[in-house]
Amino acid sequence: MKFGVVVFPGSNCDIDCYHALRDVMGQPTEYIWHKDRDLSGFDCIVLPGGFSYGDYLRCGAIARFSPVMDKVIEFADRGKPVIGICNGFQILTEAGLLPGTLLRNQNMKFICETISVKVENANTPFTNLCEEGQVLNIPIAHGDGNYFVDDSTLEEMQVNGQIVFRYCGPDGQVIEGRNPNGSLKNIAGVCNKKRNVLGMMPHPERCMERILNNEDGVIIFKSIINYLEGGGIDG
Amino acid sequence: MDKDLYRKVGLTCDEYEKIKGILGREPNELEINLYGVMWSEHCSYKNSKPVLRMFPTSGERVLQGPGENAGIVDIGDNMAVVMKIESHNHPSAVEPYQGAATGVGGIIRDIFTMGARPIASLNSLRFGELDNSRTKYLFEHVVAGIAGYGNCIGIPTVGGEVYFNDCYKGNPLVNAMCVGIIEHKDIKRGTAAGAGNAVMIVGASTGRDGMGGASFASTELTQESQENRSAVQVGDPFMEKLLLEACLELFQTGCVVGVQDLGAAGLTSACSETASRGNSGMDIDVSLVPRREAGMIPVEVMISESQERMLVIVEKGREDEVTAIFEKWGLHSSVIGRVTDDGMLTIRDKGVIVGQVPAKSLADQAPVYHREYREPGYIEERKTLDLNSIPIPENMNEILMQLLGSPNIASKEWVYRQYDHMVRTCTAVTPGSDAAVIRIRGTRKAIALTTDCNSRYCYLNPGVGGAIAIAEAARNLVCSGARPLAVTDGLNFGNPEKPEIFWQFRQSVSGMSDACRALGTPVISGNVSFYNETETDAVFPTPIVGMVGLVEDVDHITTQAFRDEGDVVLMLGVNKGEIGGSEYLKVIHGMERGAVPELDLQTEKKVQECCLEGIRKGYVKSAHDCSEGGLAVALAECCISGNIGAVVSCGDGLRKDALLFGESQSRIIITTSPDDLARVEELARKTGVDCLNMGHVGGSTLEVAINGHKEIDLPVKDMEIQWREALKCIME
Amino acid sequence: MRYWKDCWGVNSMYYARVFITLKKSIADPQGNAIKEALLSMKYDGVEDVRMGKLIELKLENPTREEAEENLKDMCEKLLANTVIEDYSYEILEV
Repeated sequence: MKFGVVVFPGSNCDIDCYHALRDVMGQPTEYIWHKDRDLSGFDCIVLPGGFSYGDYLRCGAIARFSPVMDKVIEFADRGKPVIGICNGFQILTEAGLLPGTLLRNQNMKFICETISVKVENANTPFTNLCEEGQVLNIPIAHGDGNYFVDDSTLEEMQVNGQIVFRYCGPDGQVIEGRNPNGSLKNIAGVCNKKRNVLGMMPHPERCMERILNNEDGVIIFKSIINYLEGGGIDG
Repeated sequence: MDKDLYRKVGLTCDEYEKIKGILGREPNELEINLYGVMWSEHCSYKNSKPVLRMFPTSGERVLQGPGENAGIVDIGDNMAVVMKIESHNHPSAVEPYQGAATGVGGIIRDIFTMGARPIASLNSLRFGELDNSRTKYLFEHVVAGIAGYGNCIGIPTVGGEVYFNDCYKGNPLVNAMCVGIIEHKDIKRGTAAGAGNAVMIVGASTGRDGMGGASFASTELTQESQENRSAVQVGDPFMEKLLLEACLELFQTGCVVGVQDLGAAGLTSACSETASRGNSGMDIDVSLVPRREAGMIPVEVMISESQERMLVIVEKGREDEVTAIFEKWGLHSSVIGRVTDDGMLTIRDKGVIVGQVPAKSLADQAPVYHREYREPGYIEERKTLDLNSIPIPENMNEILMQLLGSPNIASKEWVYRQYDHMVRTCTAVTPGSDAAVIRIRGTRKAIALTTDCNSRYCYLNPGVGGAIAIAEAARNLVCSGARPLAVTDGLNFGNPEKPEIFWQFRQSVSGMSDACRALGTPVISGNVSFYNETETDAVFPTPIVGMVGLVEDVDHITTQAFRDEGDVVLMLGVNKGEIGGSEYLKVIHGMERGAVPELDLQTEKKVQECCLEGIRKGYVKSAHDCSEGGLAVALAECCISGNIGAVVSCGDGLRKDALLFGESQSRIIITTSPDDLARVEELARKTGVDCLNMGHVGGSTLEVAINGHKEIDLPVKDMEIQWREALKCIME
Repeated sequence: MRYWKDCWGVNSMYYARVFITLKKSIADPQGNAIKEALLSMKYDGVEDVRMGKLIELKLENPTREEAEENLKDMCEKLLANTVIEDYSYEILEV
């Protein structure tokens, strides 16, 4: 199985994702240049974090029109797993692969810290080895992570189990005081209806090794591998 | 020509005569401007050079000392660390966001110009006290600017320092440091050699922004410089990210002869310095430089400081390889001239020669001034401190809490939470401990990084203050498990034409030099920033020390956090109860005076060696140096970081406030498991270091008894809230 | 201001729009990135893109002149940093 990490101009977590997948998880991994149009042979696509095109207009707005994105949309339409982390999440919402949008953080400042998130849906290609309600400590690093979506879509998402992660306290309590950026309902990560496209603001690739004092991110990538190996998900 | 033109570009009459002598004729207007920018203090170091020669700059690990874009120090296995610090004080005073952002951009370019991949940034920031909205505005926007640039380009901002003192009110200091990693074989230098080789400009196009930044940086800030509109630029971290990746890709082709970033004095300095280093000349045509604005005249093109540009010297015939790589990254590249062997910098406009001067005369032949120096009157007066006039406070808990909540000591989380300090997933120790630690991927090694300078000490005694800055930086690295390797210095002072200021400068450099020699940490790069004054006053002498150390094995990485219940708390070094120049004296008694703490370099060296040896042998579980706020604050920080209490006692004939809050040097608080206690004590005895058993880790409060009387008794939680929330409360 | 208001008790509401742009001589990275994106999407003929800010304010002042004077002051002191930015505005009575 092969992972592809897309490199947009201005991506800066591409190296980290590549390292996490290839060196830590031991998976065949390749970079995909944003002008490439051939995704054959890949089993999972990662849109990494960073500041594609400087995020100068709106986060992800310009990257969404990169040539590779048409192919990523096709790839997702075929039901294959696509994960967007941070800027990757923003690109996925701009591309219409995920509902909602990411607004400026409520305090108008960039926030970088390790934070607790609760797994709300453990029945996805990205969380199938987690327990529902499990708390993971994962770093966030963004200026625009304030998730917003209209009421009716939110309701639909809740019914469909599309809310995958919420910010919470260390004990798993989802409360306003543990919401770092003003996200609606503390939402930290969402998937599409088919659950094969995930966007999340926290960076699992930043907590994969003991030397970084945190290995909570491993379970996300292990889940993807498990899913790809046929250790599927229910329903 | 306007007869007074030389004055307008900042040259003196003598300097003008010297230029006439070099050229054997009157310079034209373009040429006089070239000399104006290149012979400014900012570019030529004409005032500081003789003093800077005091620094030790060589050593077996030094691969590149001062004089290049950045210094390089060997870390073994054919790997090396590239580093430099640089000031961006004046631009940050008028446009804090962009001033700080472009400062970060500039220093990052210096690092990848050497061929290295930048892996971490640090910064040292100084502002007035946070009691007015202007200072808060400057602080907030400088931090946002550093975050905006560093986060976007994807280089983690892993450490640094922030200090507040009213001496910086009108003239904040913003010094940015960057560190890169490189294999020896990939080292590039800013040299133009080989007649006929192509001179290319790559990256952003050239506009009028930043016009005259060099001479701008050499004028005292007045009401007029507030109006000095064009000297500040807007940073483009996205462009620089592309430039970084394109350059590193380009260097792998082997077609690059030399490379230099366009910083102060733009094309003028890049062309003349590369030609000078290569003992060659250069023939360029300004009409070939891609412009962003219409109607720019040659002099504007030559001294523009538009950001995110590089000069690349490319082997003749391989220009297309450069173009192809830059096109891939969506960047422009243009051949603007050729290297020559006549030693002249020849400037053309559409083929017509508009200026021609010896490259070396711009880059290397600026006059050198041996400035007058004189001890300032305040030095003697401030030395005195009558301890009897300082009442000993009743309640030490209150004093400790007050210090923990004072902006200079309080947690800087409000700041570093805005910096992406984890991108690149190599940050093994994040901001908040003694030093940041970055692992080197693919090896067992890591590097530790810190910046340090207590400018109050430097004000009261620049010689000892300068030495302490070096010693403390080294101590911070040692506490992290690293052997200190090398220094980059950011020397920030007032107007060097004033003998008192120049005295401060000389004394500081002299003190730093002694400490560098004693501790084996040569200076490999640096920056001098003079004229940090407003109409009323100069800043405290602020020689900021950026230091890198090598952690031989990632298992040696150590932090200040107390670890396990029952661990023994030891202090290496001696409590001398020195409160002169201390944070305690300033915050509690409103005084900035007294003799600064003594520094015995041999003792310092022994303490550091003992600590490092203990760490490497695996005996030391935590290590933290005692600095601002003294023993009590250091203990509190160890407890807060470890989220665990401690019970310690000490005592002798000292005043209790001096014992708790005095800032004696060469002290490190370490912990060890009871099983290793004897080994640590033996190690200390062997190295000749005082080692005081103070108590043990445990519980949820910090208790400190002096002569059997409990003076401090505070829940760790309370101290943590006070320490963590203070700055945030002030700013929000 | 207070004085006038107390005397006359007649303040008018004004609606103001302030446009902040980078000075012409200052590079505009954001505008440039947008321009490049538009060109790569084949919107030929995009000559230049400059990006700025639009700030809308509601002002209560006795006279239009005073509203304008106030507004100018706000622009100079806070809304724009005249080191790198220009501003312009329009005022409408509501």
